Amino acid sequence: MSIWEYANPKKFIATTTPILPWLTGAAIATLVVGLIWGFFFTPEAANFGASVKIFFVHVPSAMMAINAWAMMLVASLIWVIRRHHVSALAARAAAPIGMVFTLIALFTGAVWGQPTWGTWWEWDPRLTSFLILFLFYLGYIALWEAIEDPDTAADLTAVLCMVGSVFAILSRYAVKFWGQGLHQDSTIAKVGERDPLHASYYLPALICMAAFVLIFVALVLIRTQTEIRARRIRALEARMRA
Amino acid sequence: MIPELGKYAFAVLSSYGVSILLLVGLAWMSVQRARKLRQRLEEVEARMKRHG
Repeated sequence: MSIWEYANPKKFIATTTPILPWLTGAAIATLVVGLIWGFFFTPEAANFGASVKIFFVHVPSAMMAINAWAMMLVASLIWVIRRHHVSALAARAAAPIGMVFTLIALFTGAVWGQPTWGTWWEWDPRLTSFLILFLFYLGYIALWEAIEDPDTAADLTAVLCMVGSVFAILSRYAVKFWGQGLHQDSTIAKVGERDPLHASYYLPALICMAAFVLIFVALVLIRTQTEIRARRIRALEARMRA
Repeated sequence: MIPELGKYAFAVLSSYGVSILLLVGLAWMSVQRARKLRQRLEEVEARMKRHG
């Protein structure tokens, strides 16, 4: 069986509908466990004090803000190359979720930055590229809404997605590219290095990251199904008018 | 039960509060729209059948 069979809207809905309750349950369970562990059962950090607890919402949301855009890029490329409507609709469905993740990352970063850096905001490479990524999300959603013909909207938003990918990559690697600014480099991937994440934070952090991934997948499936149905309604109504 | 957050109380509590609020809001809106459109599609398909 080919993966492209799932590009058929009916097949996509039939396959994803039975998975959704399990996925949603797993997303809620991991989120509850991860956040309760991170909030109640992790010690204060020597350098960040109790503010280290923000880590468990800030890092997973920032990770998924970038990954959501990466998923939209892949779906957009599939649309451009193979013209599968489900992939274009999946990219559209993912955008508001990615935007919310970016907003959470920006907000939690600002309230974490105030007591630790002494400022809510700094025009630091990573912070700035994240703000631009947020604006790209807004622009992407607005472009889908602004264009009436769905295929034209899918084409233009795919181009916007490719351009925005530069900022998605920059927001991930800004610290490495410029090597300056207030924001530190990734701590989660430093196991075995000189300054790794303390073991007591590692497991709840991984659970929270898994929770955000599951939330993203569950919501993308729900919203893609909705976009497929909206498209079918438009097509049927157009046929009735004709 | 609530851990001692000291001067970081606002930062930590608002981070968790806003994050949970945004995620729940997004999920609620997604599910509501899904329900509404599923129902609307059933209506349109039924109308199509009636009119041949």
